[in-house]
Amino acid sequence: MLQVSIYRYNPEQDSQPYMQDIQVDTGGKDLMVLDVLEMIKSQDTTVTYRRSCREGVCGSDGLNMNGKNGLACITPLSETVKNNKLVIRPLPGLPVIRDLIVDMTMFYTQYEKVQPYLQNDTPAPAIERLQSPEDRAKLDGLYECILCACCSTACPSFWWNPERFIGPSGLLQAYRFLADTRDTATTERLAQLDDPFSVFRCHGIQNCVNVCPKGLNPTRAIGHIRNMLLSRAT
Amino acid sequence: MVTSVTSFGRSGLSDWLLQRVSAVILLAYVVFITASVWGGVDFVTWKALFSQTWVRIFSLLAVLSLAAHAWIGMWAVLTDYLTERLMGTKGNVLRIGFQILCSLTIFVYVVWSIQILWSY
Ligand code: SF4
Ligand code: SF4
Ligand code: FES
Repeated sequence: MLQVSIYRYNPEQDSQPYMQDIQVDTGGKDLMVLDVLEMIKSQDTTVTYRRSCREGVCGSDGLNMNGKNGLACITPLSETVKNNKLVIRPLPGLPVIRDLIVDMTMFYTQYEKVQPYLQNDTPAPAIERLQSPEDRAKLDGLYECILCACCSTACPSFWWNPERFIGPSGLLQAYRFLADTRDTATTERLAQLDDPFSVFRCHGIQNCVNVCPKGLNPTRAIGHIRNMLLSRAT
Repeated sequence: MVTSVTSFGRSGLSDWLLQRVSAVILLAYVVFITASVWGGVDFVTWKALFSQTWVRIFSLLAVLSLAAHAWIGMWAVLTDYLTERLMGTKGNVLRIGFQILCSLTIFVYVVWSIQILWSY
């Protein structure tokens, strides 16, 4: 029997969040954490969480499992369970709406700030804007982000300043458009980032790199942004 | 763009660069002082060392680097932990109080260091 401890909070009924202990019979199988949650929900339908694709593509089931952020659907028990115990909490640092569901508004507001769409003020060509394979390769490791928020909610700088520090996820996307040779707004984008908070609250702790379920490296992208700012200003 | 009037250089980049440059200067100064006092030092050699103008200028540079480094570092810590977000309005009062205290302390140390360096 796996000992599962789940964070519960229903603001309509509970004055405070609490941890609920539940025993789950996994039948000795190495299930994914999401499977365990589904088993629990089939017993107690009030347990609430987000999920959709169940294969690490949609980014909706970012959770904190035994202290580490990740996607429940692609985290096998063998990777996270220690001493037969599994503690499941919502992503840290964001307001809890109910149980494992957090309010992502602050996360999306930061994402919105980096204008995550291609901007090009030159006349559109007849067919499409072409890119060389080398230029296209610069977007690898950036475009794959699924906005699961595992990284930003693992970042202490984002916990303390979620309104002012863009956070690893937003900055990875900022660099995705700075690195895009088809984008012509580079100067304006950089001008928006040169304050003491937006980029420079990153202290290179690398929690973001440590948790990203897609294996991306926001710290490296942040370093590239810093270098672009530096070469522009010196 | 997040505005901030209490950071050292107003721009995130200039603060970041200054933090790195001042760290290098401080490291160089620590190496220099350690090398100078290695194998013992007495009053005569210490006085001779600091009567040279370049040593005083280097020392002053180190003091100014320390001042900038300390302000940038303390400012980052204070705007992380003493905030309205974490402690309500009290955070603002505490933060501004500590910022004044820090800048005053740094100022006193800088002036005092200049006095020491040029009083030999
Ligand atoms: S490296 Fe930067 S963005 Fe990543 S967790 Fe650390 S402070 Fe946050
Ligand atoms: S960088 Fe990784 S952890 Fe962060 S939001 Fe994107 S996919 Fe999730
Ligand atoms: S359910 Fe879609 S990423 Fe886990």
